[in-house]
Amino acid sequence: MDYFIELFLSGLTRGSIYALIALGYTMVYGIIGLINFAHGEIYMIGAFTSFIVATTLSIYGFPLAAIVVVAGVAAAIWSSAYGYTVEQIAYKPLRHAPRLAPLISAIGMSILLQNYVLLAQTSDFLPFPKLIPEFAFMEPVAHVIGSSDLVILITTAMIMLALTLLIKFTRIGKAMRATAQDRTMALLVGINVDRVISATFILGSALAAIGGLLIASHIGQINFAIGFIAGIKAFTAAVLGGIGSIPGAVLGSLVLGLTESFATGYVSSDYEDVFAFSLLVLILIFKPSGLLGKADTKKV
Amino acid sequence: MRTNTLVAAAAIVLAMMLPGCGMAGDAIKLGVAGAHSGDLASYGLPTVNAAKLVVDELNAKGGVNGKKVELLIEDDVCKPEVAANIASKLVSKKVDVVLGHICSGATKSALPIYKDAGIILISPSATSPELTQSGAYPNFFRTIAPDNMQAKPEVDFALNVLGVKKIAVIHDKGDYGKGVAELAKGFIEKSGKGEVVLFEGVTPGAVDYSAIVQKIKQSQADAVIFGGYHPEASKIVSMMRKKRMKTVFLSDDGVKDATFIKVAGKDAEGVYATGPKDNSNNPLFQAAVAAHKKAYNSDPGAFFESAYSATLAILNAIDKAGSTEIGAVTKALQAEKVDTPVGTINFDAHGDAVGVGFAIYQVKNGRFVEVK
Repeated sequence: MDYFIELFLSGLTRGSIYALIALGYTMVYGIIGLINFAHGEIYMIGAFTSFIVATTLSIYGFPLAAIVVVAGVAAAIWSSAYGYTVEQIAYKPLRHAPRLAPLISAIGMSILLQNYVLLAQTSDFLPFPKLIPEFAFMEPVAHVIGSSDLVILITTAMIMLALTLLIKFTRIGKAMRATAQDRTMALLVGINVDRVISATFILGSALAAIGGLLIASHIGQINFAIGFIAGIKAFTAAVLGGIGSIPGAVLGSLVLGLTESFATGYVSSDYEDVFAFSLLVLILIFKPSGLLGKADTKKV
Repeated sequence: MRTNTLVAAAAIVLAMMLPGCGMAGDAIKLGVAGAHSGDLASYGLPTVNAAKLVVDELNAKGGVNGKKVELLIEDDVCKPEVAANIASKLVSKKVDVVLGHICSGATKSALPIYKDAGIILISPSATSPELTQSGAYPNFFRTIAPDNMQAKPEVDFALNVLGVKKIAVIHDKGDYGKGVAELAKGFIEKSGKGEVVLFEGVTPGAVDYSAIVQKIKQSQADAVIFGGYHPEASKIVSMMRKKRMKTVFLSDDGVKDATFIKVAGKDAEGVYATGPKDNSNNPLFQAAVAAHKKAYNSDPGAFFESAYSATLAILNAIDKAGSTEIGAVTKALQAEKVDTPVGTINFDAHGDAVGVGFAIYQVKNGRFVEVK
């Protein structure tokens, strides 16, 4: 039973890690129906920014709490700037092009950003500072769940709640939903659609940056390629949960994380991905729009 | 006046072109192929430095067989598909011999292309046993001992010196990592002194290894033998220490790299790794390191001395053979002993160097120290 609980908790952590990235995918898809393949790279840039800020600040001996806050804010701002720029350069000019064009453009941006960081920074792995301390009260259960796991779980839950509230109740949230439902109609009733889309990219990128900081601190190392695999898995999770849906992204991520964890624990880690993707195929056969996705009715 | 200037100009141009032409025609072309960018660049770049140092020194002394040696440096990013392209490119550039490739997988995919072109390949770091022992590649040589020569001391050390009984063998599913892990598993089972309680592969680059670490804990292993490279090793070790597990961690020379200690930090302490024998008392080794410090103002990286030795060995063989023809050079590599930073070596009929081997290292105070 202990073993089951341990696997369950490590599955939850892994799922929350996916969720932090999957939220950005699903938001962008929900609004403009674009799979933003560069999102994994925005996460990687967030991790690099927080690495640079955190290492610099720790040289000057700032307290850990201050380092975390400053690094988080800096990473969020810097990543948002990248997310906004990517949208302006690579997606906005293609808004009325066939769906395939922005997709290819997204893959291109992903390769460009990876290689840019490779050239501008380094190809080597860098040791990421431990920004999440080992809490004293966690010591009795440290063999089961670590402090960073706990912080990631709580952060993911809080972000999901905040996003849901933002989308349900605020002005910009309403504008986002209107744009998602019908872009032309939203334009006609006076919503600045371009600004709503930019806001979505900025918000999604900021989330990815926070994810970058937390996940890198959990794993303890970063390099220019971390965004790729994390991005693919998060994308899978978003599809699993129903792409476009915010609770769906979190649910899909948790289901994926738990499946992988139990597959490793009870079968073999050799087959971890086999189980994860078989589950995806099964769910999409019976529920093509994902666990919580709405069926896409064609308007005639 | 005008014709004079023209003639003079033409003469200058010709004079500038001639030595260039002469050198290109007569030079021995040594290809250097390996990972020079990407996440495994730290394994490949030291080889480039080694080749440059040896070649500069030999060229200053008048070259080999009276010919200058010219380097053709190509990056395979350690990927098999890129390595095959690089091999074709080097062959089309009429390369005489190739130093490389760095990773076993990349080497395996490039070898048939060199074989068809009749070009000798000498690798400082590709340790997959089948490259030599399958007998399929008579054009392949290496100055590093193959994996089964490191899996053996690794297992012996764990069973006899550390006295562990239950061992979890984990690998990264790659050619190299899985190769070492399977050999280690075989040696443990054959010895009858220990038991393999877990044998599994992990996916490189996954965000979190806590599930496999839980499984290692559940298996009650006394030790983990990991076959693979340092990025995964440091993630697994850190996760084990985070879960307060004191399980012994042993690995291979894919982990015996300064980056492993830099990334894993204090979690790296106590980790064992096999690596090429310590040659620091060899005067040739000291001279090679000193030359590197002088030229690049830094300590050499992974496989530097092995690459330095490979370059010396192949150029020595060409010198002794008096040509770059594959049959003559192969004979010279096998027959002629040569003094190198890794010892006095020649090559056996398979292409493995006679006189090189592995030692066990442990991380102590942030450095790999040889365990006597």
